[in-house]
Amino acid sequence: MIAVSKNPVVDTVAKLVVVAIAMFAFVFVVMVPLYNVLCEALGINGKTNAQAYTAVQTGIDESREITIQFVATNNQGMPWEFKPSVTIMKVNPGASNDTVFFASNPLPDAMVAQAIPSVSPSRAAEFFHKTECFCFNQQPLDGNSSAEMPLQFIVDRDLPRDIKTITLSYTIFDVTDMVSGAVATR
Amino acid sequence: MGDHHHGPAKGLTRWLFTTNHKDIGTMYLWFSFAMFILGGSFAMIIRAELFQPGMQLVEPAFFNQMTTLHGLVMVFGAIMPSFVGLANWMIPMMIGAPDMALPRMNNWSFWILPPAFLLLASTLFVEGGAPAFGWTFYAPLSTTYAPPSVTFFIFSVHVLGLSSIMGSINIIATVMNMRAPGMTYMKMPLFVWTWLITAFLLVAVMPVLAGAVTMMLMDIHFGTSFFSAAGGGDPVLFQHIFWFFGHPEVYIIILPAFGVVSQIIPTFSRKPLFGYDSMVYATASIAFLSFIVWAHHMYTVGMPVAGELFFMYATMLIAVPTGVKVFNWISTMWRGALTFETPMLFCMGFLVLFTIGGFTGLMLSIAPADFQYHDSYFVVAHFHYVMVAGAVFSMTAAVYYWLPKWCGRMYNESMGKTHFWISFIGFNLAFFPQHFVGLAGMPRRIPDYALQFADFNMMSSIGAFIYGASQIMFLYNVIATIVSGKPTSDEKTWEGAEGLEWTIATPAPYHTFETPPAVR
Repeated sequence: MIAVSKNPVVDTVAKLVVVAIAMFAFVFVVMVPLYNVLCEALGINGKTNAQAYTAVQTGIDESREITIQFVATNNQGMPWEFKPSVTIMKVNPGASNDTVFFASNPLPDAMVAQAIPSVSPSRAAEFFHKTECFCFNQQPLDGNSSAEMPLQFIVDRDLPRDIKTITLSYTIFDVTDMVSGAVATR
Repeated sequence: MGDHHHGPAKGLTRWLFTTNHKDIGTMYLWFSFAMFILGGSFAMIIRAELFQPGMQLVEPAFFNQMTTLHGLVMVFGAIMPSFVGLANWMIPMMIGAPDMALPRMNNWSFWILPPAFLLLASTLFVEGGAPAFGWTFYAPLSTTYAPPSVTFFIFSVHVLGLSSIMGSINIIATVMNMRAPGMTYMKMPLFVWTWLITAFLLVAVMPVLAGAVTMMLMDIHFGTSFFSAAGGGDPVLFQHIFWFFGHPEVYIIILPAFGVVSQIIPTFSRKPLFGYDSMVYATASIAFLSFIVWAHHMYTVGMPVAGELFFMYATMLIAVPTGVKVFNWISTMWRGALTFETPMLFCMGFLVLFTIGGFTGLMLSIAPADFQYHDSYFVVAHFHYVMVAGAVFSMTAAVYYWLPKWCGRMYNESMGKTHFWISFIGFNLAFFPQHFVGLAGMPRRIPDYALQFADFNMMSSIGAFIYGASQIMFLYNVIATIVSGKPTSDEKTWEGAEGLEWTIATPAPYHTFETPPAVR
């Protein structure tokens, strides 16, 4: 094939290569952020706020009580003891509430943990505000030691009236390897 | 192309260095058949283990490796390359082009495939075993809990993705630029149309798959947390990305099959295809819809109701263009002068069984009902009806249909028909009972099962062995044809065949359409 001044095949190929590269980039720069934004905005997957919520004074709704259940789970292979101090609280929407979770590291070495929250029903996620939470930061703990980890939250006054019970579940992960920057030996 | 050789080179280097679309098509077809046998032998191990309840032959860990490799090899090694091979052989001959637009890239896109699959298959022999997380490789199974061989798997997927992208760029460039004068888009044979649309799907979604495995690679080795909740990622994100690739992938597999059937049914009905235009538009609609239905694979993941409803209705919408196609094929046969040679038999088998698979697909699309069907053998039955009876049957039909044109020899018709009937009976015996055990609650991907499923599973295994064995007959028939079949030099092997590929000599010369034909 003798090249003419502008080869239409080269033109087609160039466009298609651009499409392929754009689709590869699309996964990283569009799909991942978009997924996180959508989940947080819509409370999908029970994702709650990852940063502290700035409390707005709105007054307390004394007319109803919401049952809050606390669940603590260890991710597979996580040796810590991890549990809520109380498993059930009755709270009024608009009021600020405090509780603590208890963690202890039974191993001799220092470890770092990260707790990931999830709210159920997921419709309640956007009305469950954490003003202070151990899950905002990683939790280092020396070997054979324990700690009380604080949680402060407000249930929004706008919580739909049909929701009477909210479950807040934490899963605790061992992130020691991630923090030290060491790549897992595998 | 400007040089003056007129025949193939001799020896091994002919195949290593060839840029001829027919040679490359042949290599693709043989490679995919080899992968079909490899993936099929994995399936035989699966069915042998499931012949009776209890642990019989293999360890559960090895069983998981078998289900994983069976899926990966069949999808990426057998079905996809077989249709690329068919495209290489037929598209230039159907549009009156002398070769593919990018012959050297064509060579490259084939020759990187065997190393990719060698790498994947080699994981069976490494410490920790082959990937065992299912062909859908959901994170964190494929990241946190994966065997070390997952890195080989990732590289293999990168390479075969690259091969697919290069192959499809080549097909698009050929179809858009190298049609004979007068061959307008709406005069192209439907096989060319379906492949053009398939190639666009491939260019759009294979990079997404590459992105997904790249994220896995980064999570495993470079400390990122795309799919790890501990670091702020989300395993569900993996499922969204995977199925954003995976659903178009389903149509990448089936659209070329639609094209083949649309070539063969008119031939043996001795009538032009009914509703050509609507076939083209239906294909394009299916391709578009395939991008907005992915989450119907993951109804049980905890989506909001609005999401479930959207994906449910969008999925059901696909039944409309698909129905257009099925009715068009039936209308083509209506009052045709029908004969039932082997390619036609396989197309009829395709039509009946693919429609059954389409209906079970509709059942699965119903979000509230899917919670029962999800991850059960019902799903296995569904996708084997569309993958095997859809894609593989049509591919088999294509081989019988064009084999005389390729090698100038006629295959053994009665052996071909026997192959069809044994395949048809074996296939249905293997997969129809799986609907029942699935509805009754048997989960997929398990090496052992509850006693009440024993009879149906034994039937299923016997059917699978019959279907598997019938492929040996197919292989024998093809080789016997090439070596010692009855020579034929009719330009039209089939009385009712239409199209440019039937205007050239039989067997097809090494170089065809060096001067473009005139298309009315």
